[in-house]
Amino acid sequence: MNIAEILFYAISALILGGGILAVTSVKIFRAAIWLLFSLVGIAALYFWMQVEFIAAIQIVVYVGGIVVLIIFSIFLTQNSGKEMAKPATGKIIFSALAALFGTAFVHNLIVHYEGFKYISAKPFNSNVEAIGTQMLSTTSYGFILPFEAVSMLLLAAMVGCIVIAMRPKNEMEINTIKETENI
Amino acid sequence: MQEIPLTQILFVSTALFFIGMYGLFTRRNLITMLMSIELMLNSVNINFVAFNKYLFPDKLDGLFFTLFIITIAAAEAAVAIAIIINLYRSHNSIDVDDATEMKY
Repeated sequence: MNIAEILFYAISALILGGGILAVTSVKIFRAAIWLLFSLVGIAALYFWMQVEFIAAIQIVVYVGGIVVLIIFSIFLTQNSGKEMAKPATGKIIFSALAALFGTAFVHNLIVHYEGFKYISAKPFNSNVEAIGTQMLSTTSYGFILPFEAVSMLLLAAMVGCIVIAMRPKNEMEINTIKETENI
Repeated sequence: MQEIPLTQILFVSTALFFIGMYGLFTRRNLITMLMSIELMLNSVNINFVAFNKYLFPDKLDGLFFTLFIITIAAAEAAVAIAIIINLYRSHNSIDVDDATEMKY
């Protein structure tokens, strides 16, 4: 067993262990921290597969963005030291059985599929220059149209978040009237 | 990295997907359900990158799918958290069992 295999199994244990603890932990803040470990493990798996750009994006967006957002919303809406109510035992049993059977089924499919055994021998070039050139190219196999569409989606999501989370207008006016009366 | 076959990476992503599914079934809190969905999206991303690297190394399409999934997941998480905060403001709870106005 060489060092690459040992690294792969260690990273897999980090991902799966963090994932299991993230969905079973009874304290919500601990669940968020275990999710953080699982996402860092996935970034490590990308580094192990030598796709450094995706690994960097994973760390910047997921670890630096989404998990921080989730922790903020936990602090805004939850009493984070309190334990969450446990689900019913029957529900736990049936969900675990469904997950186990699903895993066994898909694993069976993967093991018996022949196409995964023939790995292409061509070199894999995933440097940032190749990714950027293809993403912004307007010729065939260029990704400029989804790139622009996703930029519009991000703008719409940003405006939508502000509109949804904004306090209603009449409530704000009542509050300002109260504040001026207090002064 | 030819020592580890592709099937083992696929097995890790399968297990991660079903861990997320288990969380989605058992959790009743909106934030933890959102965390389970993030785990499932990440398992799909692992699949895309692994297929691209091992089966089609002369193309980059899997990496682009991963990039777009990460972008859309970020937008989705932001909108979901705005909805969660709005729900907390009107119901004082983010439990899915407490928001039943649109049931039936």
